[in-house]
Amino acid sequence: MGFIDRTARSFLLLEMLQGMALSFKYMFKPRVTINYPMEKGPLSPRFRGEHALRRYPNGEERCIACKLCEAICPALAITIEAEPREDNSRRTSRYDIDMTKCIYCGLCQEACPVDAIVEGPNFEFSAETREELLYNKDKLLANGDRWEPELAARIELDAPYR
Amino acid sequence: MTELWEGYIWPGAIIIAQILAIVLPILVAVAYLTYAERKVIGAMQLRRGPNVVGPFGLLQPLADGAKLFLKETVIPTGASRAVFVLAPMLTFILALIGWAVIPFNEGWVLADINVGVLYLFAVSSLGVYGIIMAGWGSNSKYAFLGGMRSSAQMVSYEVSIGLIIISVLLTAGTLNLSAIVEAQREGLWYFIPHFPMFILFFISALAETNRHPFDLPEAEAELVSGYNVEYSSMTFALFFLGEYANMILMSGMVTILFLGGWLAPFEVAPFTWVPGVVWFALKVALCLFVFIWARAAFPRYRYDQLMRLGWKVFLPFSGIWVVLTAGFLLFTDQLPK
Repeated sequence: MGFIDRTARSFLLLEMLQGMALSFKYMFKPRVTINYPMEKGPLSPRFRGEHALRRYPNGEERCIACKLCEAICPALAITIEAEPREDNSRRTSRYDIDMTKCIYCGLCQEACPVDAIVEGPNFEFSAETREELLYNKDKLLANGDRWEPELAARIELDAPYR
Repeated sequence: MTELWEGYIWPGAIIIAQILAIVLPILVAVAYLTYAERKVIGAMQLRRGPNVVGPFGLLQPLADGAKLFLKETVIPTGASRAVFVLAPMLTFILALIGWAVIPFNEGWVLADINVGVLYLFAVSSLGVYGIIMAGWGSNSKYAFLGGMRSSAQMVSYEVSIGLIIISVLLTAGTLNLSAIVEAQREGLWYFIPHFPMFILFFISALAETNRHPFDLPEAEAELVSGYNVEYSSMTFALFFLGEYANMILMSGMVTILFLGGWLAPFEVAPFTWVPGVVWFALKVALCLFVFIWARAAFPRYRYDQLMRLGWKVFLPFSGIWVVLTAGFLLFTDQLPK
């Protein structure tokens, strides 16, 4: 009986037809692909994208050159040099991130005591040359100015869980 | 002088015009078959398929064609030049000349020969030469393995295709393709009385055109891309066009032998208003959809499974069906005279 059953099944192509019916049914399901450049998927407030150096609302830069981020960076991507400014406050004279070394682990923003260095929501910063990915302080501060509304909102959203 | 004009030049010009009228729509159909394939498989895999070039991505085939045209044709140093270059041409030509005997509508056929089925069969059998030449001429082990597999596969499935066609011929009593379609007008379309053979023929057509789930010759996972691994640019494009033109040709064969060619499904008013060529195109499109559908649904056969299916299932089954058909027709005295 088992033999007849098996033979009949294989000759009537039952399993084949089941498979075809399934793929036909899938043809009418909604697409899961996102039309990327036109539409984008949701991002968590914890998403770790391009770095930015933030400022206080009065325009003073937050970074106090404590070099905790440089010390914790596992990829050794951050280079900081510091010296006193004219008003004797401690500030960085150089703040470089090599984005080609960075592994986007987020340890720098966790180490930062003043929320100065953060990883923002931007992930579309590809470049055609390597040099463009060696970020200096000006670039990072410009990023901070550009993304400040989003950065502040993200930090506020994530604050209850920190 | 008039004799030259009337005897040779005018008929020649008319034939060439007819050939162009067949070949150009087929090339357009091939281009849009690749588009349809990507769209349908995309839909079945919950993807979108091409949608950027032109509205709904409709210009994608043209963009692909332009890309292939502009690329460089690389001929490997170790390759046998003449064979290497001839192989894609042969594949492409053979895929196109089969259309000479296909009737698109009542009387719409380039060569209404009395051995149309044999001609088609011969042309599709010759198709294996293009592939084996490509496999041999490339002087590469992947191409060679792909060519070997392909030739073995096509030869095996042609045997059962031959036997399947015999049962149809017994019922129709003719080798002329137009007459086979006409023979289906009075009775049932042959996919009803010969239903098992219809399925078998379709599966053999999948194997014959090296389509999924029998696409062992180009099994990407093992053979990189099989017999066409060394080809680039237009030489590759010719293989690609040939493969898809063969798919359409095989669908045309299925349509003519089993689905009643250009006949309307019912001989009543709204159906008979539609021209026969539209019915033909619709039936071919349906077959092509199933070709693509099978590609989305099934994984690839293993080589020994493929051979077992061809020789130990299809061949005996179609042989028995020939005997059954012949016996039935003889007993009921319906054998065509």
